[in-house]
Amino acid sequence: MTVSPDLDRRFREAAFTLDLVDIGFDVLDSPIGPLFVAASARGLAAISFQTDPEDQLERMARIAGPAVLRSPRLVEGARRELDEYFAGRRRIFDLALDLRALPAFTVSVLHELARVPYGETTTYGALAARVGRPKAARAVGTVMNRNRIPIVLPCHRVVGASGDLVGYAGGLDRKITLLELEGVR
Amino acid sequence: MMHAVAIPPFEHFYEQHRVEVLRLLRRRLGAERADDAFQETFLRALRAYRRLEHGEHLRAWVLTIAQNVALDALRRAKPTSELVESGAEDSRPAYEELAALTDGLPPKERAAVVLRYGYDLSYDQIAAALGSSPNAARQAASTGVRRLRRSVSS
Repeated sequence: MTVSPDLDRRFREAAFTLDLVDIGFDVLDSPIGPLFVAASARGLAAISFQTDPEDQLERMARIAGPAVLRSPRLVEGARRELDEYFAGRRRIFDLALDLRALPAFTVSVLHELARVPYGETTTYGALAARVGRPKAARAVGTVMNRNRIPIVLPCHRVVGASGDLVGYAGGLDRKITLLELEGVR
Repeated sequence: MMHAVAIPPFEHFYEQHRVEVLRLLRRRLGAERADDAFQETFLRALRAYRRLEHGEHLRAWVLTIAQNVALDALRRAKPTSELVESGAEDSRPAYEELAALTDGLPPKERAAVVLRYGYDLSYDQIAAALGSSPNAARQAASTGVRRLRRSVSS
């Protein structure tokens, strides 16, 4: 015996409507592979190229509490904007973000990162300077590497001082694809 | 010294127990009414999930919630009919002993006593299982224990 898809969907829908979910997630298709996307009532909380729920769900529970449930409705806004972005019809994301549980330095770097325009690149050092820590390029690199909300917080637009792409938590291929999508190079 | 078992993300808990919960509800209520009760069971569990203190005995907990949701549904449908057996089937020794001992208690008191003393669950968890407040759960457990004492001593 199994739980029918309809019954399953009705439960998830009711949990969303009654606001009982701390973090809702779903796995979405994209041109750069499946994306694990998670959001709370506060906003988008995570995007990951690593879609294995085992690791991701524990991580989400540590951020927001154990009421973690697959919820297409909670990630609906993110799904729409990501689809538009990948279709080349969106340059700026309007999504609210849930940056809970991140250190203050990380949050300030991510705020600056969010202001790097579509189709442009900046460097780790320049970003460090913009948060008032000009010598912290390496620390900024670490923040990029651990960026909880890649794509929407565009760490793919951050490159080395010499113009080298340097690295990307999702793999360099994805970084190149995203930059090409935005018309860079 | 026991270490608290971590509370799994709700998605895992739901995936792990949903088939057994649905099976129990179909047995109690029939296929047609089981669907609504299924939803109600996991909504009650989800509502209480944030207040869980540990991840132990979650199976017994959710089956007890299901039992009580079924009980409520049967009560609503046939107000005068006899109440169904409310103990979750379980092979754990602590439960078995208590289950036999508490056989004569009213269903809510029995569930409260078994969950409190058989499984060491908090009153928050028991309240979710019974669909009542933590205070009412505490009261049901203590009334149940008093009733047991009387029946043992008489």
